Amino acid sequence: MSDVSHEGVHRHPAPTGFIRKYIFSLDHKVIGIQYILLALAAVLVGMTMSLLMRLKLSWPDHKFALLGTLFKAGAPDGVMNPEFYLSLVTMHGTIMVFFVLTTAPQGGFGNYFLPIQIGAEDMAFPTLNMMSFWVTFIGFVVILAAIFFSGAESTVGPIGGWTGYAPLSALGAIAGPGQGMGMNLWIISIAIFCVGSLLGALNFITTLLNMRTKGMSLMRMPLTCWAWFTTAVLALLSFPVLLGGGILLLLDRLAGTSFFIPGGLYVSGVLSGTNPNFPLHTGGSPILWQHLFWFFGHPEVYIAILPGMGATSHILATFARKPVFGYRAMVFAIFAIGLLGFFVWGHHMFISGMSPYSAIAFSVLTLSIGVPSAVKTFNWIGTLWGARIRFTTAMLFAIGFVSLFVSGGITGLILGQSSLDLAMHDTYIVPAHFHLVMGVASIFGMFAAIYFWFPKMFGRYLDERIGKIHFWVTFVGVYCIFVPMHVMGLVGMPRRYSQFTEYGFLNKLHPLVLFVSISAIITITVQLLFYFNLVWSLFKGAKAPDNAWEATTLEWSTSTPPPHDNFAGVLPTVYHGPYEFAVPGAPNDFVMQTDAEVEVSSNGHNGHH
Amino acid sequence: MATMVTTKPVIKSGTGGKASGPNGNGSKRRNGREFLEPDPHANRYRIGMWVALASIGMLFTALSSAYVVRAGAGGDWVDIRMPRVLLLSTALILVSSVTLEVSKRNLKASSLVGHSRWLMLTMLLGLAFLGSQLLAWKQLAQQGIYLASNPHSSFFYLLTATHAVHLGGGLLALIFVWTRSRFSTALKVSPRRQAATDAVAIYWHFMDALWIYLFLLLFLWR
Repeated sequence: MSDVSHEGVHRHPAPTGFIRKYIFSLDHKVIGIQYILLALAAVLVGMTMSLLMRLKLSWPDHKFALLGTLFKAGAPDGVMNPEFYLSLVTMHGTIMVFFVLTTAPQGGFGNYFLPIQIGAEDMAFPTLNMMSFWVTFIGFVVILAAIFFSGAESTVGPIGGWTGYAPLSALGAIAGPGQGMGMNLWIISIAIFCVGSLLGALNFITTLLNMRTKGMSLMRMPLTCWAWFTTAVLALLSFPVLLGGGILLLLDRLAGTSFFIPGGLYVSGVLSGTNPNFPLHTGGSPILWQHLFWFFGHPEVYIAILPGMGATSHILATFARKPVFGYRAMVFAIFAIGLLGFFVWGHHMFISGMSPYSAIAFSVLTLSIGVPSAVKTFNWIGTLWGARIRFTTAMLFAIGFVSLFVSGGITGLILGQSSLDLAMHDTYIVPAHFHLVMGVASIFGMFAAIYFWFPKMFGRYLDERIGKIHFWVTFVGVYCIFVPMHVMGLVGMPRRYSQFTEYGFLNKLHPLVLFVSISAIITITVQLLFYFNLVWSLFKGAKAPDNAWEATTLEWSTSTPPPHDNFAGVLPTVYHGPYEFAVPGAPNDFVMQTDAEVEVSSNGHNGHH
Repeated sequence: MATMVTTKPVIKSGTGGKASGPNGNGSKRRNGREFLEPDPHANRYRIGMWVALASIGMLFTALSSAYVVRAGAGGDWVDIRMPRVLLLSTALILVSSVTLEVSKRNLKASSLVGHSRWLMLTMLLGLAFLGSQLLAWKQLAQQGIYLASNPHSSFFYLLTATHAVHLGGGLLALIFVWTRSRFSTALKVSPRRQAATDAVAIYWHFMDALWIYLFLLLFLWR
């Protein structure tokens, strides 16, 4: 029995070899950093692709010599052709959604901080955790392979968008450049990614339910933990559906089945069944793919943003020096958003020919997400209300998150109404909406998180001066990029077109397109400053104490960086809620969760002390 | 608002709950009393298994909904005749659940020999089930019915194969538990091993029930 009880505290001794310590590590902290590095690499690829897209949209006929050399067929003489542009759209979306927005917030920060914040010495299943990262990594390698094996340098991947709509995604090479091997690799990569995410989600949920330390009741968990938990539940229930859809799609392509391919299809001048490259298909349902995809796809947007919400709540409270306004309401709002997220996938399919009655149901459910979202927003504002705010870079990004969440979310109420969406579908207002809310807001949540937790992870602060330049240029930049896109959408500019020179009514928008591109170039350049800050501060940044921000939660009660088992063999005992700031009568303006001796009682539910 | 400074050493805090002082790790606290477990986290195997099954359940839910939608679309659906050997499959996997339960009881009673014997029988039944499924595939192939022949056969091969892959995973887990019990010298069963065995059993029963469900879906629905 003795081996068993020991096992609870030192489940695996600190490894000494380089490979076990940094490569195939079982330590959730190392795995978290691996995920963050993966996302930092992936976002460079995704960002480069968006840059190329902006170049094409603004200067459609300009000859980019480098592109001409790299992609002889896709960009002859350096002028990108429409298929090349479409493959950029596809790969930008896929890489950003899966390998950045899903990996960094959950796999990265969640892995690193969830066990520490609940007082556990590691995840429940460290080996599964390691596998989850490496499976995800293989998925990334496969999606990169799609860039290089899409055929004759004509595209950088499939051309059907990150949603991979059938039947074009189900047909094979006949559906266009990049739709052959490129599409196969795309599906395989996503399937692998699903498996990795599922292993991660399984670990998060079990860890949170089973590994909390003494005194860490559910309602004493930091809101970050609630967010990661809900995100894991969403991933657990939605990724299998995408996996199932992916298997069906792959069978349609490789085994000749007809799950998604209808009969009598005529593609690229060839009728189904008259050509060995296009075997006979009958009776499949392309809409079925949309249902399966969006049943995953909508929860996926919450998978991207919920961890950002958690980090924002956490950071706002810390730098407002006030408890989170309405902690319980925040917890229930996270749950409500997650739950409702499973019943609104139809709002992506209003123009698929669905019954207007279903459309109304999906509309009403979609708009109802506005309620918990508003609860969160008002509670964030309530947390800031009357506070003596410490404007650190982390705080600025957290406030930026709230701003972007509101600006991006508000158009969700417009697009969520089927009658309006019928007109606005596939115009620029859609990418404007989702980039602001699920893209940039989530990224701001992660920026806030990295500026906030970097001192705990590496013992040094990120440079605040560079940080503030980074924040302000990025904050203004993303508004300059995405607000004009709303206008373009209302004028009727369609998504996914590589150039608009042939559409007279859009000519007047060209200065706006140019403005967006220049804003994008500036914003992207400033991100390089962020990368520089990461590397520079790692070695030269100001040294941080164990509790770098005078914060309250468990990660700040252990040493920096945390030891292999997080708490050096003695698991902490928790006596307080997570956000005990400005408690009257307490010696400091913050009471750490582990402070036993504080003789204080407060209701803690509001900031009015 | 209702804040006060007290002179007595009361430890009370606000955010999150009425409980005062350490109030226990959620999973170990049931009906208000502390469970004394030698391994505080042995439960993680059971919890982890249920969580994993939720996700496997979602995979088959997705495939089932595709089945139902596809059956209603197209009009090219041709029902395949049920290969009779599937009845044998069904019987085999049902019996395997029973033998696994007997094996588990032996473990609880600390009869390790009985435990590993019944475990062995369960594994053989599981293997026989997979063989029987393979036979069903052969029977269909002899009739000229393949994966791409028509939607019903596509789903038949897909669902049986997906189930078989998952059952194969269960078989590997059983082999793992069996080798542990066969070559273990310990006289008493640790709660951790008990929990791991429980988790594998939960998985196996789930696969059993899943097969019954798939069988009904494939041949009795419509």
